[in-house]
Amino acid sequence: MKYTIGEPIRDTKAPEGPIEDRWDKRRFSAKLVNPANKRKLTVIVVGTGLAGGSAAATLGELGYQVKSFCYQDSPRRAHSIAAQGGINAAKNYRGDGDSIYRLFYDTVKGGDFRARESNVYRLAQVSVNIIDQAVAQGVPFAREYGGLLDTRSFGGAQVSRTFYARGQTGQQLLLGAYQALERQIAAGTVEMHTRHEMLDVVVSGGRARGVIVRDLVSGEIETHLADAVVLATGGYGNVFFLSTNAKGCNTTAIWRAHRRGAYFGNPCYTQIHPTCIPVSGDYQSKLTLMSESLRNDGRVWVPLRKGDDRAPGDIPEDERDYYLERIYPAFGNLVPRDIASRAAKNVCDEGRGVGPGGLGVYLDFADAIARLGREAVEKKYGNLFEMYERITGEDPYTRPMRIYPAVHYTMGGLWVDYDLQSTVPGLFVIGEANFSDHGANRLGASALMQGLADGYFVLPTTVGDYLAGGPFGEVDQADVDEAIGQVNGKIGRLLSVNGTRTADSYHRELGKLMWDYCGMERTEESLRKALERIPELREEFWNNVKVPGDGEGLNQALERAGRVADFFDLAELMCLDALHRTESCGGHFRAESQTEDGEALRDDENFAYVAAWEYGPEGPVLHKERLEYEYVKMSQRSYK
Amino acid sequence: MNLTLKVWRQNGPADSGRMVTYQVTDVSPDMSFLEMLDVLNERLILEGDDPVAFDHDCREGICGMCGMVINGVAHGEQKATTTCQLHMRHFEDGATVTIEPWRAAPFPVVKDLVVDRGAFDRIIQAGGFISVPAGSAPDAHSVPVKKDDADAAFDAATCIGCGACVAACPNGSASLFTAAKITHLGLLPQGGPERDSRVVSMVEQMDAEGFGGCTNTGECTAVCPKGISLDVIAQMNRDYLKAAK
Repeated sequence: MKYTIGEPIRDTKAPEGPIEDRWDKRRFSAKLVNPANKRKLTVIVVGTGLAGGSAAATLGELGYQVKSFCYQDSPRRAHSIAAQGGINAAKNYRGDGDSIYRLFYDTVKGGDFRARESNVYRLAQVSVNIIDQAVAQGVPFAREYGGLLDTRSFGGAQVSRTFYARGQTGQQLLLGAYQALERQIAAGTVEMHTRHEMLDVVVSGGRARGVIVRDLVSGEIETHLADAVVLATGGYGNVFFLSTNAKGCNTTAIWRAHRRGAYFGNPCYTQIHPTCIPVSGDYQSKLTLMSESLRNDGRVWVPLRKGDDRAPGDIPEDERDYYLERIYPAFGNLVPRDIASRAAKNVCDEGRGVGPGGLGVYLDFADAIARLGREAVEKKYGNLFEMYERITGEDPYTRPMRIYPAVHYTMGGLWVDYDLQSTVPGLFVIGEANFSDHGANRLGASALMQGLADGYFVLPTTVGDYLAGGPFGEVDQADVDEAIGQVNGKIGRLLSVNGTRTADSYHRELGKLMWDYCGMERTEESLRKALERIPELREEFWNNVKVPGDGEGLNQALERAGRVADFFDLAELMCLDALHRTESCGGHFRAESQTEDGEALRDDENFAYVAAWEYGPEGPVLHKERLEYEYVKMSQRSYK
Repeated sequence: MNLTLKVWRQNGPADSGRMVTYQVTDVSPDMSFLEMLDVLNERLILEGDDPVAFDHDCREGICGMCGMVINGVAHGEQKATTTCQLHMRHFEDGATVTIEPWRAAPFPVVKDLVVDRGAFDRIIQAGGFISVPAGSAPDAHSVPVKKDDADAAFDAATCIGCGACVAACPNGSASLFTAAKITHLGLLPQGGPERDSRVVSMVEQMDAEGFGGCTNTGECTAVCPKGISLDVIAQMNRDYLKAAK
């Protein structure tokens, strides 16, 4: 796949001046829309997770006419609900030396110096308001006996700043946003469309003016027009087929927007989460995460000796290798995710992995149970232990958990400026769907923070500024018709192939290929192989896929086939991005670029930029946004 | 493992529906119930048949989207488990398994095992929230909350809105679902100001949707994948009597 280099991106619209004043400055410079005019303006929000749910609710509270869409049967199902561990905030309630600056610093460092300083600083500032908002909404965070909020530690931090609601923090925060959204639906400011999937963006007069959606129950293709469009459609980890994402998570909304002119930022930045339940068989449909919070008390180890197949309890202490504690004494079991994942892969590659196929390491709670008592451990992690036992049939109180890394989050996504606006005017992208604030590696408990920061606090200000520049005139019907034509064309084509393989079987094959060639470790050779194989497999898909039924009515196989088709195109761009970035950084590990002791070796001279890819009929065009570090000095990350 | 499945097939709300028998072979005991249905559906697609429609998403027991009545029990016989977390190791080789959708008038069948649970969203719209616009909140530590209250509120708040309680109830009552939200918000000081109006409007909405009344049968809590206790219904009734007087 060939690409060309385009104009660099010089302006991200972040205000100048001291970093702590920039968001205040932007809020003041943002134009306002008067309340009477807000009622006449329509904003479409696609997706109802933490970012989309909170954005739709807040825009409704402000008085805009909001149209909200989700593919599930209720906005409460969005996959933010599955986030377990917690949400970071620089409250410094513990008095352990935390501050906005420290959260900012940890996030920039954790992202391996590939995130924008201005955005990350704002995220850290807003983090404190999120906790206030959530508590006021009735989110039942864990509390101490004095009635105040409890916190815990997460990877990549040496302070305790993670607020949590047992192992269900995402669920509780999402229900808070969902309830705020339902309140606005009742108030008539938000019109909710469940079981609707967005299939294209309407761009007219150079601006995003609406979406084409399919009613998944009736099969009808509908057009919804608006003054601005917000995509909050999540990440694309399901390109790997097996991931911790929900089955329905897909890239179609952002990929269609990319085809319409939105640049795609850093598509190769993928987060592989170190603590997931290992794969058990070929039929497996998804992977389940065990919260990172378990690393607070669980100790990660493998047998010292290769091929040691004794039961874990029979292996004496001095024949175990607590490799994270050994290699990274300062952070121990709490090193960031990318580092923990790669370390697990390395010990398994050495032949010291445990469980079926040797693809697993132990996460052991024996010490914690001896120290704190079983009851205390049960209180903290009970639901996670139950989940583990349900899936594996093994009791983690008496036998260490087996864990292995799995695809979890995508730091890449649509490129946005400081205002969270994409390169298509009027098209805003929030939450995991944008390329975001996490650089090349996201720290634990920061996804919930970013989703809610974008939705409750950032977007409502910046979208107002954009709308104040309107009205934008009539939408050209020809632009709508063209988008509908594209959507119908794709559906028709999928239904007409009538081949011999299901969409899922192609998805599985694509996912395996991506995991093998563009997964935890990437090489020039593996990526070139992937770039050769993906187009062949895509060609086969379009000539041999079998999609039953028709486009009328509920057809889940058709929904899946449409998503798989877009995953093929995205997969190619991911591999191209991974191939062009010959350095290692964060979750992107190029085997050719590593330090003597096997850590990711960045090449700041040549790669301290965001890769923003423009869709082009002749192949992608790469635009570079140079990253400047005024506050945090770029350095080799060290967690030793 | 080999199983005989009897699956409810219904092509839309107007269709009368019927049980259809399928054989599935080579089922691994480590498969989840939904993965077993995936295998069936892959085969049906290749044979030119219509695959069985069912709702699912997270497949880790938290989104609340999946749900089917398995051998007469909502989410199957395994306690405190959603359908997606039910594994085939709990079934006998050679067994016959019946699979049906939630059956309750306020949950009309969309197709096969998929039902419309929009009524639950409308109950929340009636008052299942605390009115606090973004940006208006005081500091999180300005109101301490007793740990016991916070923990009890959390227990009620773990409801995933799957609808198993309604499917299991002989009256088709949504009391456990509605009461869980009322209890969650009512126990917290932040939920205090709207406590009375909330319980009245949510109960009214629950009735308006056509859900039945509660007669303390307790089937709901027995099938609840999150183990929500019947206590929440007592709390709802107490709050209602107090507020409606």
